[in-house]
Amino acid sequence: MSGGTTEYTIVEDGSFTAPLELSYPYKRTVGPVLSRFLTGLRDHRIEGTVGSDGRVHVPPAEFDPVTGAALTEWAPVASTGTIVTWSWQPSPVEGNTLQHPFAWALIALDGADTNLLHAIDAGSPEVLSTGMRVQARWAAEPSGSISDIECFELAERATGAAS
Amino acid sequence: MSDDVLRIRTPIGIKYQYSAGPRVSSHLHGLMDGRFVGKRCPTCHLVYMPPRNGTCAKCGCLLGEDVEVGQRGTITTFCIVNVPFLGQTIKIPYVAATILLDGADMGMSHLIQEVEAADVRMGMRVEPVWRPRDEWQPSMENVLYFRPTGEPDAAFESYAGQL
Repeated sequence: MSGGTTEYTIVEDGSFTAPLELSYPYKRTVGPVLSRFLTGLRDHRIEGTVGSDGRVHVPPAEFDPVTGAALTEWAPVASTGTIVTWSWQPSPVEGNTLQHPFAWALIALDGADTNLLHAIDAGSPEVLSTGMRVQARWAAEPSGSISDIECFELAERATGAAS
Repeated sequence: MSDDVLRIRTPIGIKYQYSAGPRVSSHLHGLMDGRFVGKRCPTCHLVYMPPRNGTCAKCGCLLGEDVEVGQRGTITTFCIVNVPFLGQTIKIPYVAATILLDGADMGMSHLIQEVEAADVRMGMRVEPVWRPRDEWQPSMENVLYFRPTGEPDAAFESYAGQL
């Protein structure tokens, strides 16, 4: 944990005010399942785990939601998918992969039975609707994280070559 | 396999603009002058030093007039820190104490130095050691630590109500 400040100002009524940042520099191991998923993303490959009921989980579930057993079977899915639901983010914050207004969306990737939360670079909320087709835009510099998918973009507008 | 993604960084933080408010700020202005300024509750007359959030914990009312309390005080209770931890800057064992400044009705926490940990005791009289004046900030860290004054110990009855 870090915190504290020395840059203060005194406002009209004599009160002190100062910026205060409270932050935790977490770093963690990801375990075998997320390791395979994130390593795949780095190599522009999206995979999910297959549950006992045959459903493909993307992002991968480490344990079967039905039986609780560890999941070891994998299935590749496409980097294209469908918007299930979305919400406009007019003011991106530090750490967002996009630093201009974008949409948060649940995306059902082709071949997956669960939804992935990610950003859609659509320009304006007026052009978005549930059911639209999107495809992944890969980050220029892979980092071994979910941000290796920089965002999704509308399929009919897509310019990058998605795999 | 050796270059698989095994860990991720997930830092998290919040940036605040902290405002001390007028009541706590009078205390902070005092620290900028090398004085301990608390506040008196207009209802129960207890002197808060430091003045918390500007309200009386007992009565719930806003604290009233400023009260400058003494530089010296009495150790009401203390603990000897024997555990090393990340970021520790003081050699263990050292003493963190609750100090009842003369004229205050609330103890405040601070460090005790210039004495062997084993020699610290309840009732011991202490005084502050201030940082050089040009380093003063609106902060209790202007006081580096408290040290024994050499006066006779305070009578137990004088601080028994604090325990």
